[in-house]
Amino acid sequence: MKADRTRKRWMRALLYVVLSIIAIPFLFPTWWMITSSFKTVNQIFAFPPSLIPLTPSMDAYVKAFTFQPFAQQYFNSMYIAVVVTVVTMLVSSLAGYAFARIKFPGQNILFLVVLIGLLIPSEVTIVPLFQVFNSLGLINTHWPLILVTSFGAPSVLATFIMRQFFIALPGELEEAGRLDGLGRPGIWWRVAMPLAKSALAAVAIFTFLNAWNLYLEPTVYLSTPGLFTLPEALTHYVDPYSGPMWNVQLAAATMTAVPVLIVFVIAQRQFVEGLAQTGLKG
Amino acid sequence: MNTNTLAPPARVETRAGGAGQRPRRRFLTLKRRDRIAGYLFITPQLAGIVAFVLIPLVLVVYYSFQKWNVLSGSIEPAGLDNYQKLLSDPQMPSVLGATAIFSVGLVLFNIPLALLLAVLLNRSGRGIAFFRTVFFSPVVIAIVAWTIVWQFLLQDNGGVNGFLKLFGIAGPNWLESGPTAMAAVIVVQVFKNVGLNMVLFLSGLQGVPAEIQEAARVDGASAQTVFARITLPLISPTILLTVIITIVGSLQVFAQIAVLTKGGPGISTTVLVYYLFQQAFQFHNFGYGSTLAILLFVIVLILTVIQWQLRKRWVFYES
Repeated sequence: MKADRTRKRWMRALLYVVLSIIAIPFLFPTWWMITSSFKTVNQIFAFPPSLIPLTPSMDAYVKAFTFQPFAQQYFNSMYIAVVVTVVTMLVSSLAGYAFARIKFPGQNILFLVVLIGLLIPSEVTIVPLFQVFNSLGLINTHWPLILVTSFGAPSVLATFIMRQFFIALPGELEEAGRLDGLGRPGIWWRVAMPLAKSALAAVAIFTFLNAWNLYLEPTVYLSTPGLFTLPEALTHYVDPYSGPMWNVQLAAATMTAVPVLIVFVIAQRQFVEGLAQTGLKG
Repeated sequence: MNTNTLAPPARVETRAGGAGQRPRRRFLTLKRRDRIAGYLFITPQLAGIVAFVLIPLVLVVYYSFQKWNVLSGSIEPAGLDNYQKLLSDPQMPSVLGATAIFSVGLVLFNIPLALLLAVLLNRSGRGIAFFRTVFFSPVVIAIVAWTIVWQFLLQDNGGVNGFLKLFGIAGPNWLESGPTAMAAVIVVQVFKNVGLNMVLFLSGLQGVPAEIQEAARVDGASAQTVFARITLPLISPTILLTVIITIVGSLQVFAQIAVLTKGGPGISTTVLVYYLFQQAFQFHNFGYGSTLAILLFVIVLILTVIQWQLRKRWVFYES
């Protein structure tokens, strides 16, 4: 009996050792990004490397803001992600609700048409979209990013998830809403939406992250640094004479990644559930 | 709004199968209003799909038969030129090869690691929850930020080689030779996203009935046998689907390549999407870029059809 328990304890300890070793490439880059951003260029390449900056320096953070309009770029990313998230939540919950709860002719066909968006990688349509927005004079504006991400293919997964959620909604609640004199818009907004908080949270999380992380689209549509979003801005910390400005670049990367990481640690369950949905795509 | 207050009883009565005391016309009005609401509700999404998916899809086919004149800014019909170019493009074998190596390498590294993590973490405990968070955390980090850190770590005098030097190993200049650059891109991508597959496998493992496993243990099967003979077959549908989702995702890899290697050294890490981007947006070869987009579309379509077929076949396990 006792030997068995000791053995179990050893197995547990062994498990944690194995997990800790595997964890290195997952944790170390983030650690190294944060600590290096507080170092000077000379300290960064010192050998042996120091795991913590002994004389922390904020220079890289100051330079991140003076080298490029980083505050503006931060704001761009923030407002685009927020607008895209709010609009996607509205678009997808309206469409998802209609497809799930309202009977109208052709709804199955129309739902299949919408699902085509899941099938087409955004890389396939980037050339014509660029040409269309170019002829509309909308290149080098934020419009293509906001419109395509909120209404186009990236929003379809959200609509699909909202539909799956609303299908499971008990019909009695809607009937009660009807008896209270609500029309369809009222039932959607006052009855269905308040019940859909978990699905809406999932949609909000993966939509925000997707918009925050977009890279191909901003690269194609934007050319003025003042209009850049964060991912593209990060790649532009290059000194024409001495190559990449590592500590500055890492400071900017830290400011991009750490706020999201903090929110993730606080709201882990919602993040994991929300993002697992994107894994089920297809 | 007063029609609203009259409407509900009609609906309730019809549901209950009662004969309408109310005029039939009002019942129809409700139904019709419902239809109108349905169409209005889906309009934003449907309009978005038409404008930003279906029309561009038609256009990309049309563009693939056109040629761009960069100087005059005009386009002219090119017949099958772009498709002939696709077949005779001397870069194409390398591009398709890099795409295949990346996808296969990613699956071979990602899936077993995700499965291993899921099996190790398929238990309870505070420490376990901590490690789940750790392995999932790169998923929420912006891909460009994650890639930049790895680029920094993979420099000749960067963190990875510094770490190896502690053990007296002289590491290669990872990003400067073809095979190690490709390996680097794969590894960076795996650590970024393996947490997502880990979560999928974890939910798959939790769907395996504990009674079956216990029954096998009682019958004297070892833990390894239970895993190989019971757990693995039961979660095989999850594994297959995850493999295909991972392959489809791997075909869309762009940011990692653009930041880490720019397709190099040479064109050794130029995968299809990156090549498409270069042709269309760096060389302004929009016609040929469109043809490459169609090739990408066809490959994704084939994989999706395979996925549907598998899903149908495995529907018993999925329930």
